[in-house]
Amino acid sequence: MVKTTHTTKPPAELLLKSPTGINGLDEITGGGLPQGRPTLVCGGTGCGKTLLAMEFLVHGALLFDEPGVFISFEEKSDELSKNFASLGFDLNDLAARNKLLVDYVHIEKSEIEETGEYDLEGLFIRIGHAIDSIGAKRVVLDTIEALFSGLANETILRAELRRLFRFLKDKGVTAIVTGEQGDRNLTRYGLEEYVADCVIFLNHNVSQQTATRRLRIIKYRGTSHGTNEYPFLIDEQGFSVMPISSLGLDHPAGTDRVSTGITRLDTMLGGEGYYRGSSILVTGTAGTGKSTMAAHFVDAACRRGERCLYFAFEESKNQIIRNMRSIGIDLEQWVNTGLLKFQNSRPTLYGLEMHLVAMHKAIEGFNPVIVVVDPISNLVAAANEAEVKSMLSRLIDYLKMKQITAFCADLTMAGSSRERTDVGVSSLMDTWLLLQILEASGERNRGLYILKSRGMEHSNQIREFIMSAHGVELQDVYIGPGGVLTGSARQAQERRESAETLEHRQDIERKQREIERKKTVIEAQITALHAQFEAEKDDLELVIAKENQRDKTIVQGNLAIARSRQADDVSHQQESAGKTGKGKRS
Amino acid sequence: MSSAVMNSPEKVPQPDTGIEKWMLRLYVAGQTPKSIAAFANLKKICEEHLEGKYQIEVIDLLVNPTLAKDDQILALPTLVRKLPEPVKKIIGDLSNTERVLVGLDVRPVS
Repeated sequence: MVKTTHTTKPPAELLLKSPTGINGLDEITGGGLPQGRPTLVCGGTGCGKTLLAMEFLVHGALLFDEPGVFISFEEKSDELSKNFASLGFDLNDLAARNKLLVDYVHIEKSEIEETGEYDLEGLFIRIGHAIDSIGAKRVVLDTIEALFSGLANETILRAELRRLFRFLKDKGVTAIVTGEQGDRNLTRYGLEEYVADCVIFLNHNVSQQTATRRLRIIKYRGTSHGTNEYPFLIDEQGFSVMPISSLGLDHPAGTDRVSTGITRLDTMLGGEGYYRGSSILVTGTAGTGKSTMAAHFVDAACRRGERCLYFAFEESKNQIIRNMRSIGIDLEQWVNTGLLKFQNSRPTLYGLEMHLVAMHKAIEGFNPVIVVVDPISNLVAAANEAEVKSMLSRLIDYLKMKQITAFCADLTMAGSSRERTDVGVSSLMDTWLLLQILEASGERNRGLYILKSRGMEHSNQIREFIMSAHGVELQDVYIGPGGVLTGSARQAQERRESAETLEHRQDIERKQREIERKKTVIEAQITALHAQFEAEKDDLELVIAKENQRDKTIVQGNLAIARSRQADDVSHQQESAGKTGKGKRS
Repeated sequence: MSSAVMNSPEKVPQPDTGIEKWMLRLYVAGQTPKSIAAFANLKKICEEHLEGKYQIEVIDLLVNPTLAKDDQILALPTLVRKLPEPVKKIIGDLSNTERVLVGLDVRPVS
């Protein structure tokens, strides 16, 4: 019998893990599959068991320098090479470099006659030899259940399987064993009985004519792991699991700002616009201008020379270009210069996962700075709400990781609560703008609120959102005792106010003129009075002068008389002259 | 059964009669009770039913592990009928002579 070479295993202090290199799977498992132990991958036909197993080997060989052995019970080596060439895996090249060894084990019941006791030592020798020849660290058995259909003696088989798994453990290889889904058990032949360390279940469901693949870790001994059902995709890049929060919310948060394309809106958002790499949600009922805001944002970005990717789920590219031209935004020039790319698809075209893949791939391929999804609500048509939410959160996580600014439009149903999104993603969003129809005095006007904007000062006021041939303008609304007025009501109110203002001004001017007039009148009166006074003063002075003259004359006369009488005392003369004067005057 | 027998084809002299020639290959892994029994059983059956027209090759996979791939050997011991075509396989210690004969498609000598 084979002496199983006991390769020394590391002390089992901590469970070591072998990374699979598969997008998302390593996040869910917390680092990969249990190292040195077998893992069971089970699921129905065509659910991707072989692909997962092969990717484990190929990535191990290419990324982690761990050669692998693929023991195939179903497909021949050349068939496998062909199948995986379409995924870009060159198995032949890996085999030539001794990184991969594919061994096809053929079992055909009709060719085998059983007589008496036997064991599966031949298989052990083959596996052991394959492992030793390239120093393999990873082994895949796909699918070992073929033994059950090829060999009749199940008692021997079960004993040998138990020995096989022990043999693999002793070899120290990390193994994947695939198994077909059974009716009652996980696998048709109860392989889970032998593989106790890690069991991964793959599921391929069709609901509402759309197929969705899901992966679940049923068991992973000795470690914590994601327990959800995770959707996964198989496309030309291979296998990728989309863990809902694999990124662990550790994406970078820059302080760079990016203009919204609408000056007044920038002002409302702390003067600088959105954060770069943040997610923006615009909700509103039909016809509130969500796409218009998107177009403004895109237009402004393209002007700065930034690349934008526009996922349109409602309108065709040409329709969007035409419609935006009507408000003076020429998106076609950016399409022509290659800065803007439209990705149009009907939401019902394929399942959500495929949408996510398509978006991932488009983003990877185009490498945009800004991504617009218009509208996210239409995706509900392709799946249910919870799925859309999980898909969107994954998309937003992904975009945040890549520091791509995401602009999502969401159509809300008229009548439902305004502060509610159909797909319940508002909590994922950093900035939430609400476009709202304000119905009053027989017209519908658009109002814009900022419901939230994380990490920045933002206006708490409503603005009227006006679309003109020159694009969008935001106007202050009239807020007064009569409530919020918009549209023609606002204009009427404004006119009324301006009329009132004018009247006031005229009133003031009139009063000022009156003052002037009064002043003039009074001044005239003052002048007249002054003149009168001057005249009277002149008269009086004349009289006084005359009197004085007369007095003088009299005195002189008296003196002359006195002289003529030869009066002796001059002083007497003067005194008497004074007296005479007095007496004259009184 | 010596190790020389185990590892090298045992040539059984046979007349060149131009009739059916049986080329049998017995895969074993070391000298385990099962492999020894299988070889003994095979030898006995061949002597009885295919005397003079058979050739047994014993391959020890512990010595030549690569050979397991060519004949798609899983279980041990395995007896492979290389000739006459088509290739047939019989696994086990060959203790059930009837089944070995059916498996080898040998008509018992009447």
